[in-house]
Amino acid sequence: MSNQIIQGVLLGGYYALIACGLSFMFSVMRIINLAHGSLAVFAAFALWWLASRFHISPFIGLLIVLPLMAAIGWALQRFLLERSARGGGLLPILTTFGLAIVIDNMLFEQFGADTRSLAPYIGSLSYDSWEWPGSIYVGKLAVIMFATAVILLGGLQLFLTRTRLGRSIRATSEDPDTAGLVGVDARRANAIAAAIAMVTVGLAGAFLGMRATFDPYAGAPQLLFAFEAAVIGGAGSLWGTLIGGIVLALAQTLGAQVHPQGFLIGGHAVFLVVLFVRLSTSGLGLRGLLRLPSRSAS
Amino acid sequence: MSAVSSSPVIERGTTASRIAAIAVAVIIALLAFAPQVLSAGAVDRMTALFIYVILAAMWNALAGFGGLVSVGQQVFFGLGAYFAIRLADVGLNPFAALFVSAIVVGAVSWPLSLFMLRLRNGEFAIGMWVIAALTHLLVNLDRLVQGETGTSLISLNVYDAGTRRTVIYWLALASMTALLAILFGLLRGSTGAAIRAIRDNEDAAASVGVRVTGTKRLLFVLAAFGIGIAGALWLATSITFQPKTYFNVQWTAYMIFMVLVGGIGTFEGAILGALVFFLIETWFGGTGVWYLVGLGATAVLFSLFLPRGLWGTIEERFGLRLLPVGYRVRLLATAVDGDATPSPQQSTTSREKA
Repeated sequence: MSNQIIQGVLLGGYYALIACGLSFMFSVMRIINLAHGSLAVFAAFALWWLASRFHISPFIGLLIVLPLMAAIGWALQRFLLERSARGGGLLPILTTFGLAIVIDNMLFEQFGADTRSLAPYIGSLSYDSWEWPGSIYVGKLAVIMFATAVILLGGLQLFLTRTRLGRSIRATSEDPDTAGLVGVDARRANAIAAAIAMVTVGLAGAFLGMRATFDPYAGAPQLLFAFEAAVIGGAGSLWGTLIGGIVLALAQTLGAQVHPQGFLIGGHAVFLVVLFVRLSTSGLGLRGLLRLPSRSAS
Repeated sequence: MSAVSSSPVIERGTTASRIAAIAVAVIIALLAFAPQVLSAGAVDRMTALFIYVILAAMWNALAGFGGLVSVGQQVFFGLGAYFAIRLADVGLNPFAALFVSAIVVGAVSWPLSLFMLRLRNGEFAIGMWVIAALTHLLVNLDRLVQGETGTSLISLNVYDAGTRRTVIYWLALASMTALLAILFGLLRGSTGAAIRAIRDNEDAAASVGVRVTGTKRLLFVLAAFGIGIAGALWLATSITFQPKTYFNVQWTAYMIFMVLVGGIGTFEGAILGALVFFLIETWFGGTGVWYLVGLGATAVLFSLFLPRGLWGTIEERFGLRLLPVGYRVRLLATAVDGDATPSPQQSTTSREKA
């Protein structure tokens, strides 16, 4: 059992990775990007394509794919989100949902229905494991994934609190007009935030491909996982996302123990329970469900 | 309703709308007789069109009027079909099961609304998606459904194919007409005033005493009920029930496409959008993936460049209103009886006053 708990915690690292971009973007731009999961799958396919076609290791491939994702994030914000956000809170949902459909089906058109994995291209890393005391085996990849999540979340936290750019992004998220008055370029801050969010999505896509399989329509479940982890983690700090991811993964692990099909059910159920508790205790609406509190950070 | 004073005239109907009302009655009557002349394939296609109109109108009621964008409406579509299977399994007449099922879906949606309506915007949108995903998994656990293998509405086989086709056609036509009439009645009544106030500005509406949550709940339950009927009717036309097909997010994608293209928040827009979608599907549905890419891309382009959709744009440009759910103020000084002409009243009439 303790073995399963450790695996669950490590899997939580993956969920934190995919969730942090979603909640980061929401906290800065108030937009939930419904193409989030599809973009992660896109990154996974890009790495797979580089690996299978040009024999580039996925780790080297990241050097190409991450800048590409950053560029995509920047363009996404400039050409799509910025425009649709002007039409109110509902339009970006529709725009990004449409985008997700386009991405999914383009991937299907390009790569077909086969499920792919990056595991064959990372050598023994996909199955190597360390033995921990008590004859517990932990996969090296799972540990690397978890460590990446911790480093990424910590790095983002530091970036937001310690750097000038991070502070201007936080200022924009608080109040873009006032931020503009004191010389912060809100458009630039938002575009950079979107680029950063997409880099995290690219990383998440890479780990999705290495630890499991993916197909062109795998984006939707990834979006749901990201959303669930972000909401469970709640309006804490970015670290909340890590806790959310771990809780989600543990619930899934537990669900799988109860019933063969319980893996996903467990995850969705814990999400709804957390939501229910939060709603009945807060009394207020959920304006702050996904919001990063900049107060605690400053 | 204020008393009509000497200068501005407050009216509901226009000449165009009176003609439209007669046209609607004629069209429905013609459609009711259509199965006598149409081929079997055409009857099936028309049934599909009616179901699309229901889907579009219901999603529009929720998003366009209630301001609630949901990406999980396939949950009601799937449940409509699933409950119909379940009810038919305990011996209910399959045709009756379709409608009892929709009532059950409506009943289920009420407690759900207590919970979900407290989420906002994107959180509500994905929250509904999670509900749909979870419901799909739970339905899969039902022994009767046999997981993704699915099952069929076998009891419908006692009717011969011809009768079945015609009856389903009529049921779909009647359901569509009734649901549109309910929605139209709602929008015209005092609830309609509340609905449009919420659509335009939720906080302001609340501040003048509009019961925001109650009104939204009404729309949520109505949409669930209507989409439940659509799902049950779809099951009746295709007989087989595979959870994957019915709980597919694609249904919501279709709804969004129809409403965005037709004109979100306009009564006529949803119907127009369903027609456009139906034609596109008929012509390009065979192209598979590119067809879906096209739908997604069109939805993105409309939301960016024509957020009011086709009908919203027509309405704005020409002051045309065929099925008036609001009131319009006409200034006598400029008023000529023909009202499809753009005139100074345009700025007043482009927004409905309730």
